[in-house]
Amino acid sequence: MRRSDTRAFWLFVGPFAVGLLAFVYVPIGWSAALSFFDARNTVTPTDFVGLANYADMLTDGPFLRSLGTFSAFALFIVPTTFVLSLGLALLVNRITVMQAFFRSVFFLPAACSYVVASLVWKLSIFNGVRYGLANTVLGWFGVDPIAWVGSTDPPWYWVVLVTLRLWLQLGFYLILFIAGLQRIPKHLYEAAWIDGAKPGWQTLRYITLPQLRTTSVAVLLLNLIAAYQAFDEFYNVLGTAQGYPPFARPPLVYLYYTSLGSGEQDFGHGGAGAVLLALVIAAVTLVQGKAITR
Amino acid sequence: MKVLRYLALSVAAVVFLLPFYLIVRNGLATEAEITARDWRFFPDQPHWENFGELFGDPAVPILRSVLNSTVVAVLQTAGQLLLCSLAGYGLARIPYRHADKVFYAVLATLMIPAAVTFVPTFVVVSALGWVSDLRGLVIPGLFSGFTAFLFRQYFRTFPRELEEAARIDGLGHWGTYWRIVVPNSRGFFAALGVIAFMTSWNQFLWPLVIAQDQGSWTVQVALSVFLTAQSINVHELFLAAAVSITPLVVVFLVLQRFLVRGVVESGIKE
Repeated sequence: MRRSDTRAFWLFVGPFAVGLLAFVYVPIGWSAALSFFDARNTVTPTDFVGLANYADMLTDGPFLRSLGTFSAFALFIVPTTFVLSLGLALLVNRITVMQAFFRSVFFLPAACSYVVASLVWKLSIFNGVRYGLANTVLGWFGVDPIAWVGSTDPPWYWVVLVTLRLWLQLGFYLILFIAGLQRIPKHLYEAAWIDGAKPGWQTLRYITLPQLRTTSVAVLLLNLIAAYQAFDEFYNVLGTAQGYPPFARPPLVYLYYTSLGSGEQDFGHGGAGAVLLALVIAAVTLVQGKAITR
Repeated sequence: MKVLRYLALSVAAVVFLLPFYLIVRNGLATEAEITARDWRFFPDQPHWENFGELFGDPAVPILRSVLNSTVVAVLQTAGQLLLCSLAGYGLARIPYRHADKVFYAVLATLMIPAAVTFVPTFVVVSALGWVSDLRGLVIPGLFSGFTAFLFRQYFRTFPRELEEAARIDGLGHWGTYWRIVVPNSRGFFAALGVIAFMTSWNQFLWPLVIAQDQGSWTVQVALSVFLTAQSINVHELFLAAAVSITPLVVVFLVLQRFLVRGVVESGIKE
């Protein structure tokens, strides 16, 4: 270890470290500090309020409701994504002709932004009037047009949001599963076959799934974290020029409107909400990680 | 059994491709065809003149926003690859007493969900006066702890013999990195680069927060404004969407093997 090494180390790592400090550590520290102040329309507040912002957020109906709604959303979307992407991966992995073609087709939506997908889902597929694609197809079977985005009882908008997210993210997890499947040694299947295991359910249960453990954990955790951080498609499908409706509000949409979106910029409550959301995600991730790696 | 498998996959494939078709169909249709009572899968003829209408509409800054997105995505990809690979190489290969502490400081940022930091980062960026500014759009996204972490893990597996040969030839750390390590790691750079480009092009929340003036809108922000305000002809909006995804579909089709590698590297090695 020489002095010239120390200098070289900082020449290599220094620019990145400075940026990380300025755009990750300072913002987080600053925002955590703001969460203890009455910081309306200012980022250099003087009015210290202690834990009052946290108390407000935890007794405040909308924020808690949005955390609750998105826990339910995560409970639904995570297993659904898991089963569908694994199922598709198993199918794609089993075929020989046109395998690359099918893989590309299912992965292609990953190139599409949530904004563009929202546009197609809201204005074309799930348009509430008769000329939407879904209503046209339902019309063939004599079903009356459904107001997909506008109706709250029953909450049809979940059909719109869930199918959109599935379409856009399935391919990403499919790629992870296919990579995982291709790492499973072939001789395991041959051995199982000699031992009399029936191909299909038995090999899936006793060889494929255990061998996919690392991949499965990664898929579940990435998917769970993504579900709590949903923003783009909710903002674009349900939001209007007048604002966002009081239902199906992701935590990030709530924070966006509290801190930046409309009129008053309340960084105190926004900061407190960000800290709480980060804690929820960390806790849920830890619990899930523990539960599946045990 | 085999036939059933192909049948199931083909049905799924049609469903997955349908939204792309709808973008093109609606983008090249007339307003009357989109809102017709009897919705038809194939309108009579494509209306290519819609392109002229879209690009000539002064109220819709589509070209400007595509240009902004291109500049942001290119700068962010290049900057992130350079800064994060340098940091990753330093952490992996240059001996320094406190290297572990620096590495843990990078690792700690991976625990923080990225989207949670948008409010705090806005506070800092607005204090710097970078709102509605290219710097505000590009710079905060350059310092990805995750990308630096992936580079460090990768460089630790880089064959030491090559580096030692470079050292014997009289190259310093920089020469080794730039002349030996980078040229022999093109595939890895390409994999992370394609991911960075797509992520940057498609990102929405940060540009929404930071690009407040119309002149600084990225293409996602522009589409979103017209979608939520519904202040535009539907066929124009769909054609703009088609324009916005064309670069990415091209990148996807041409560089797909790097993209797949990037997804696997960043998804599993976490």
